[in-house]
Amino acid sequence: MTIPSATALPANTGDGYVAAAYIVFFLILLIYVAIMALRLGHVQRDLRDLQARTQEQDERQDPAREREPA
Amino acid sequence: MTPDTATGQGALRVDGRTLRTLSIATVLAMGLSLSLVFFYAPIELEEGLLQKIFYLHVPLAIVSLCGFVLGGIMAIAHLRTRDRRWDLRAYVTIHMSLIFGVGVLLTGSIWARGSWGHWWVWSEPTLVSFLIVMLLYATYQPLRFAIEDPERQARYASVFAIVAGAFVPLNFLAVRLSTSYLHPRVLGSASNLPPSMRLTFAVSLASIALLFATLCCYELSAKRTRMLLRARSRILGFQ
Repeated sequence: MTIPSATALPANTGDGYVAAAYIVFFLILLIYVAIMALRLGHVQRDLRDLQARTQEQDERQDPAREREPA
Repeated sequence: MTPDTATGQGALRVDGRTLRTLSIATVLAMGLSLSLVFFYAPIELEEGLLQKIFYLHVPLAIVSLCGFVLGGIMAIAHLRTRDRRWDLRAYVTIHMSLIFGVGVLLTGSIWARGSWGHWWVWSEPTLVSFLIVMLLYATYQPLRFAIEDPERQARYASVFAIVAGAFVPLNFLAVRLSTSYLHPRVLGSASNLPPSMRLTFAVSLASIALLFATLCCYELSAKRTRMLLRARSRILGFQ
């Protein structure tokens, strides 16, 4: 059996459903990327926090040492 | 011992260039795939434009099911080598397959509504079997995170991934042997597609597979960074 193709559109085109399916797919993708971006934000915040605490610890251990440029 | 070896994540590093190359390839493939779907592939005689969902729904289903099986294979590698990196890879692959699986269910429901007039047909084995696979894997994460000991967590999750991964092809085979053929048989009839539709389908499948691989790499990279950060905090005595 071969799948026939047409040059003229059938009466029921269903373009709304096609748009809905592709929009749903890209929406899922967008939500996933947004969650990833949120998590990346947390990692960046933790990294900054770790950096600040390390610097603080270094200063407490050796107050005379000059602060290294960031 | 460096934090990399302490967490066992050293070889999970995905360098920026690989990620960038993969991302660019995915965007290009997705663009090409969408162009072929809407501007090249002919309109099917019976379903009209509605058949265009085929180029999204079927590749998503194939990639999702292959991802579940791949997760099982990675879990076997974990149990054989006791290397935690395989467990993490299996976890990320199954996690991504679940997300793609949600896409399959939603796009399938939309297609069913347009084509059959119903959002869901309970008497159709293909639909119900995919839902069963999804529900089975929906228990993977609760099972995993219900166990606190990391070693036991990885081991139990691997056993689950292997058993469930073996269930996927068996389930697929059982459905194909069933008598109801309301749902179109795609893999068996792919060779009957006109060449233009076959090409579009192949490009769509490749682009969805690329998207899957890229997102898995991003997820692995993000997990590795978090683990590394946690390990460094521990080494510095902040945790």
